[in-house]
Amino acid sequence: MTTHAVNATTLAGPTLNLIDDVRRMLALHFMVNAFRAGAVAAVLGAVIGWFMVLRRQSFVGHTLAVVSFPGAAAAIWLGVSATVGYFAGSIAAALVIALVPRTPVGRAGGQESAVIGTVQAFALAAGALFVSLYGGFLDSVTGLLFGSFLGVSDGQVVALVVVAAVVLVTMVAMARPLFFATVDGDVAAARGVPERALSVAFLVVLGCTAAEVSQITGALLVFALLVMPAAAAQQLTARPVLGLCLSVALGLVVVWSALGVAFYSTWPVGFFVSTFGFAAYLAAAGFRLTAGHQARTVRKGRTSQVGGVATA
Amino acid sequence: MADPSLLQDSVARPDPAVRFTDATARLGGRDIWSHVDLAIDAGTFVAVLGPNGSGKSTLINAILGLLPLAEGKVEVLGRPPGESGGDIGYLPQRRSFDPSMRVRGIDVVRLGADGDKWGVPLPWGAARRARDARVEEVVDLVGAGAYAGRPIGEVSGGEQQRLLIAQALVRRPRLLLLDEPLDSLDLPNQGAVAALIAAISQQFGITVVIVAHDVNPIASALDGVVYVARGRAVSGPPEGVITSETLSDLYGTPIEVLITSDGRQVVVGQPDATSHHAGHHGPHDHGPHAGHDHTTKEC
Repeated sequence: MTTHAVNATTLAGPTLNLIDDVRRMLALHFMVNAFRAGAVAAVLGAVIGWFMVLRRQSFVGHTLAVVSFPGAAAAIWLGVSATVGYFAGSIAAALVIALVPRTPVGRAGGQESAVIGTVQAFALAAGALFVSLYGGFLDSVTGLLFGSFLGVSDGQVVALVVVAAVVLVTMVAMARPLFFATVDGDVAAARGVPERALSVAFLVVLGCTAAEVSQITGALLVFALLVMPAAAAQQLTARPVLGLCLSVALGLVVVWSALGVAFYSTWPVGFFVSTFGFAAYLAAAGFRLTAGHQARTVRKGRTSQVGGVATA
Repeated sequence: MADPSLLQDSVARPDPAVRFTDATARLGGRDIWSHVDLAIDAGTFVAVLGPNGSGKSTLINAILGLLPLAEGKVEVLGRPPGESGGDIGYLPQRRSFDPSMRVRGIDVVRLGADGDKWGVPLPWGAARRARDARVEEVVDLVGAGAYAGRPIGEVSGGEQQRLLIAQALVRRPRLLLLDEPLDSLDLPNQGAVAALIAAISQQFGITVVIVAHDVNPIASALDGVVYVARGRAVSGPPEGVITSETLSDLYGTPIEVLITSDGRQVVVGQPDATSHHAGHHGPHDHGPHAGHDHTTKEC
């Protein structure tokens, strides 16, 4: 985490005075909205992403995000709010994918991934069509695909918050059975956990999240907030609650520092979000390698304590 | 339940833990087994034996209510299948956990306690403390305390199996269904896990139904055997079922049961060559018994 703070400081524009720079940014309303929207997307992406990574559904997540691109492009072409388009595209795709019989978690889903790949290719093509029908400006395409933080309106922030609240409440309700079905599907099914319904519900939740995150990172770079913080957190800890908290913290640090740096840079915000997310993942993986090595050497003396502490 | 004296009561009780009446299971239009009549007495330790693909797991799925019977009925703990919930502990055939699965063993055990409940538990409160105490208790019972805090994908197959037995036990079930718990374990671990299961069945008076390829690791502790083959099932005490006469009749082909000098049973001549024999897992079974190899056909 400190790495990002350092990055942010060193790259953060002309004055190199962190407090001054932040103050200058926050004086601008669109930057305040960008930070708000970024925070909402980061929290949502971190929580849902944690489950997505555990369920090995990253490919689905990516597709749902890509599909938000034709959704948003079509919305712009039709003169509707892009936000509506993002959600319509992702949720529709989630329902289509939900119709495909789900292969058990952890096994390579041949049929599922083929269908998902097909949906993804078609979605990108449809997006290109809508952009050209609209008479596309290159700028807007870049924004849809690689993210932009300019011009997030108050209304959009409210929409993001409302969707995030609904998604998170749903997630709180179904987190435990979903975790059970993900980790141990056979036993969960024997206990009467409605695996199929949970799977569909999670796809819709994932669609909403992908649409939400897309609006900050662009359709192609959602993984920066959906996968990287969650994957980094799972490298750092196998504890579910701690992992979720770490994931959220990493997501917030990544998105805020990226916005801050992007403000003083001409490069797209999606680049910074992805780069910082990648750095966080590398750091976490490195930490795990080191910690794992240490743990193996001292395991004999320490493991009985781990069991005791874990139940406390 | 934990009181050993209950064992006496449950043995004396007339109601069996599981009773199949003229039951037929059908999968994809094919009868897996048909007209099965059998009862598993409460508090007993029973093995389900038979060759691969004979429908042993189907029997378990029927008890769980995951597979509705095509004909006949099954009663589980006096109720229709699928209605006994927490009274049944289940360990599915597997499957080891993915090495990259970043979930601790203790989390998997906890899921057995309350994983099917909606919402998120409050981190304080008596229910939570009781659950954690119970989880700790079963983890200690199976001897998994040393590695329960590690990601389950990183512990050995035998350690995973112990954690999963703890998971199946955490709700104090009256009926424990174990589908091939000894499969894919090396010989020392097979012996240790078998001993653990036998101890659990004796100590707590739980009805234990174990699907197995090889009866020998558990033979000494068994009260009964269900033998499934060729669409039929026979049940009874081990010495009554694992005999040349009964198995020959079941298979419709001559089968010979040999008792080795160390008391191990070897079934010779059954059609499925790979599934059921004294064990090919360790040096112990080779050498002196090589002449009774399972592939020998009685011609």
